[in-house]
Amino acid sequence: MLKPAAIVGQVILYGAFAAFIGYFATAPKYRQIPDDSALIKLSISHLGDRQCRKRTPEELAKMPPNMRAPLDCPRERSDINLEADLDGQPVLRTVLHPTGLYKDGVSTVYKRFEVKAGSHQLAVRMNDNLVKPGFNFVKEEAITLQPGQVMVVDFNPDQGGLFFR
Amino acid sequence: MSFHAALRSGVHRVFLRCEEALDAPFGGADNPLRHLGAMGLYLLWVVVGSGLYLYAVLDTGIDAVYSSIGYLSLQQWYLGGILRSLHRYAADGFLLLMLLHLVREWCYGRYYGFRLYSWMTGVPLLWLAYVAGIGGYWIVWDQLAQLSAVATSELLDWLPIFSEASARNFLTPDSISDRFFTMLVFIHLGVPLLLILGLWAHVHRISHVDYLPSKRVMLATMAALLLLALLKPALSNPPANLATVPGELGFDWFILFIHPLADLTSPAVVWSLLFGLTALLFALPVLPHPRPEAVAVVDAANCTGCDRCLADCPYAAISMLPHPRRPGFKLAVVDPDLCAACGICAGSCPSSTPFRRRELLVTGIDMPQQPVNALREELERALASLTGRSRIVVFSCARGADARSLATTDTAVMPLLCTGMLPPSFVEYALRCGADGVLLNTCRSGGCEFRLGERWTNERLQGKREPHLRRSVPASRVQVVGAAGGDASTLADALAEFRNRLDSEVASSDRLQPYLRSASNHA
Repeated sequence: MLKPAAIVGQVILYGAFAAFIGYFATAPKYRQIPDDSALIKLSISHLGDRQCRKRTPEELAKMPPNMRAPLDCPRERSDINLEADLDGQPVLRTVLHPTGLYKDGVSTVYKRFEVKAGSHQLAVRMNDNLVKPGFNFVKEEAITLQPGQVMVVDFNPDQGGLFFR
Repeated sequence: MSFHAALRSGVHRVFLRCEEALDAPFGGADNPLRHLGAMGLYLLWVVVGSGLYLYAVLDTGIDAVYSSIGYLSLQQWYLGGILRSLHRYAADGFLLLMLLHLVREWCYGRYYGFRLYSWMTGVPLLWLAYVAGIGGYWIVWDQLAQLSAVATSELLDWLPIFSEASARNFLTPDSISDRFFTMLVFIHLGVPLLLILGLWAHVHRISHVDYLPSKRVMLATMAALLLLALLKPALSNPPANLATVPGELGFDWFILFIHPLADLTSPAVVWSLLFGLTALLFALPVLPHPRPEAVAVVDAANCTGCDRCLADCPYAAISMLPHPRRPGFKLAVVDPDLCAACGICAGSCPSSTPFRRRELLVTGIDMPQQPVNALREELERALASLTGRSRIVVFSCARGADARSLATTDTAVMPLLCTGMLPPSFVEYALRCGADGVLLNTCRSGGCEFRLGERWTNERLQGKREPHLRRSVPASRVQVVGAAGGDASTLADALAEFRNRLDSEVASSDRLQPYLRSASNHA
């Protein structure tokens, strides 16, 4: 038979166990970003262009007549050059490499930037064929971000290339 | 002393103090710190039971599940709401107890030798428990689920496992479909099933497993969790919206602590910590540790194949095979990898009785470092040298309170590997060969290094387990004291009290008939 002091002790300790679980199951509260901030998620998954080379007449002459394709397009995909500026300041300068053993898969990037809510100037430039100089996709726009908003920068060639959402 | 040994020793001292402090209100059998594994398993069954109800009644689909679980919490609070809260709080409790169990086994040095298998099979369970827990939060698909899902995918993307960033699945609200919910259900059902399978493997090489704590502990724990569920029911946050970042949220630090840690540091730091800790846990058994003691040895000529050692071995180290020379008989066989060298098998062997007249007492199963014959010889020598009004023999567990300082002219101290290795007939033998009383110093209740030594000792003395102490032995001349390493004064006090009692009864008529082995007809 338990003594009264033992019963009281057990009640206190079981109560402390429950209180410990109850407290740390919900507290302290957590906020991932400050309440006056927003997120820009730059996420692109894209197949780089194939880096084709025009065969010379001599090369073509050496090939069987039925295989004289004018362009030599290897399986590998081009690296992708990607840049992003926020309010005129560079926030990303990177080269994305194609995935896969034969470098023939998509190039992919996922970055998130925590920025103060409000108006910003965002510019994103991409070149998916490094044989050609410069950037073949450019998107620059003034954006207004609400506190807690998530703005996505993505790429879809069917939607005209780079887009903000 | 290495840093690891010093750290382990320090934590061990703290843990032991806490355990012994809880003995006062709970007693050994109900002390939660002495039954962390069983407590954890109990909470896991609460999680499974409440989860089955939730799974049965929740609507499937990523939006429907949010509304239906909201209905449970608010409209059906008296059943579904309470079960949901129980599910969450029991899961938190399970993870907490699991970590405490890990720390306890580590600081007690229970990760090498015959415990290697349990240690190695326990480490992956940590990962499974956390994966199941994190996946459970996603199912609700509220803002906390969104935060966890996005943060987890960002963490996973640091590893070179996906060709495309998995966080892209959570870019915009229309990225999520009901197929995501189906995947979550698979994760949240499949991983716990793996966890249960892993737990089965974890305790596979242990016999007499405490699958559940005592009824009193179960009822009290359930009452505490129910009270918590009523006072602070688990509720959903606002629904997930991937177009926004969740604001301030009530956060489950038991399960989701990894996300703030990743935000505070980086995925590289988090993975380094997780993989590093896991590798360290796996590597612990190869760090320097005490050499294993000699394991039990079977003597085929004296083994009767009675199964008692098989029944009493705490670590399933004994199996019975057909006797090679006696058709129809069985023979005990010891697996050296599993043997804990506790000697409990020697204590259970009916051939270990000291009343056998043979000069060399060879028993069926024995410990090379403390054979039964040596124990009998030592006892006979000690009894012959005892003088005084009340001569007491103290059989003391080497891992319990240090009894050596109690040895005097009227007190003989016989250290044992574990009190479970003492055949009860030795108690009667001591009383019939000159002792006025026998005191057995076991570990505290529930605190036996070999799990069952203290329990078997008490059951054998009480006649509840074979081999039992004969009823003709007067109970007043036998005293059992549970005194752990730090309880030397408790043991000394108990001995003094026992002596006082014997002094007042020494002339009484319950003295057993003297026994002289050399003149006996016993074989």
